Amino acid sequence: MSLYASGSQTVGPYLHIGLTWLNTSRIAGPGVKGEHAAIQGRLVDGDGAGVSDGLIEIWQANAEGRYAHPEDRQKKTLEKGFRGFGRIPTDATGAFMFTTIKPGRVPGPEGELQAPHLSVTVFMRGLLKQLSTRIYFPDDPANEHDPVLQRVPAARRATLVARRKGKGVLEWNIVLQGKDETAFLDF
Amino acid sequence: MRGNDATMNKLNGYRRFHPGTQPEYDFPFYASTAKRHPTQPLVIVPQTLSEITGPVFGTDELKTTDNDLTHQHKGDPIGERIIVSGRVLDENGRAMPYTLVEVWQANAAGRYPHKSDTHNAPVDPNFSGAGRALTDAEGRYRFISIRPGEYPWRNHYNAWRPAHIHFSLFGHAFLTRLVTQMYFPGDPLLAYDPMYMSVPDEKARARLVSQFDWENTVPEHALAYRFDIVLRGREATPMDKSPGE
Repeated sequence: MSLYASGSQTVGPYLHIGLTWLNTSRIAGPGVKGEHAAIQGRLVDGDGAGVSDGLIEIWQANAEGRYAHPEDRQKKTLEKGFRGFGRIPTDATGAFMFTTIKPGRVPGPEGELQAPHLSVTVFMRGLLKQLSTRIYFPDDPANEHDPVLQRVPAARRATLVARRKGKGVLEWNIVLQGKDETAFLDF
Repeated sequence: MRGNDATMNKLNGYRRFHPGTQPEYDFPFYASTAKRHPTQPLVIVPQTLSEITGPVFGTDELKTTDNDLTHQHKGDPIGERIIVSGRVLDENGRAMPYTLVEVWQANAAGRYPHKSDTHNAPVDPNFSGAGRALTDAEGRYRFISIRPGEYPWRNHYNAWRPAHIHFSLFGHAFLTRLVTQMYFPGDPLLAYDPMYMSVPDEKARARLVSQFDWENTVPEHALAYRFDIVLRGREATPMDKSPGE
């Protein structure tokens, strides 16, 4: 039996009605092991205007590099209460912020280790199907060998790497069009 | 092949979308895509453990009444009561059990209780328009609601959205995430709707239209509609269970 995946449709402008109940901007609470960080940024459109009706979702491993999912069969510890999922709406200016921990390294396609990263999905009015991308961490030597990041053309690679903004604060923006257009990924 | 240690190295990835089944990002008929679509091509990258895993939700996070949008307030909402049910499957025809389904919709007059909705139609104090459910072991879900109204929007002159219910699904991986909309059979507005028409293939489009469901219609109570949803499926199917049950 072979079927085709259902067609994607936009979340539209009223997404909050159905999705806000699961908003999670604190992905890792204070008790969770790892290097804690706040990640802030803006979702901006082709005019450089903030997207006020956007939503981003985050998926990540814990500090040891283990996902809270049955298909992650690595012999690493899972902490109770850490799911690794975030759902964050943009505000009136297109800004978003969440707090989490830097994840550990997880296996890549050939079993080699990937650089620490967060998976990101973007939804908004005017977007007929979701966009996928990743956030990598600044100054991590593993970025140089990451099997996904290295597939991104060198000139655009920096759009996937957060910048240090202050102690424990990182900045990462989602730019939909233009000079600094974020590299979006097709898995 | 479950339990084989080779699965640690060899990833059982997901199929790419079949051509024509998914909208393009840049779709001029839907005006808001103009400034919100990527202008550079997406970067094709390999799937990894990060994509084939995803958040798991449990029954303890939902109330058993979360799937009944008609009993969230003191009184009954205005409108025609409906039952919407179906199955969540993957492209191999396998049921997607215990996966989260979220829905939201306008009230019977075509109005959302949302600060951005300025349509001059009444808000219904007895209808919030949001629900959620986990599928059962066979991938089935069921919602009780009222039939949503059509409503105008400003995309083009005399633009009206066909009646629809928004659906959000996770599946078992971060890359199976899907947000879509369910439409109603025979709606004359479908052919004029940029969102519906954004799915290029006619048959793929038609699968976003629910079917009248006589079997689940409850006498003296509610008409029923059936809406099955298909999420991306594995490249290779494990042989421990026959596809399609």
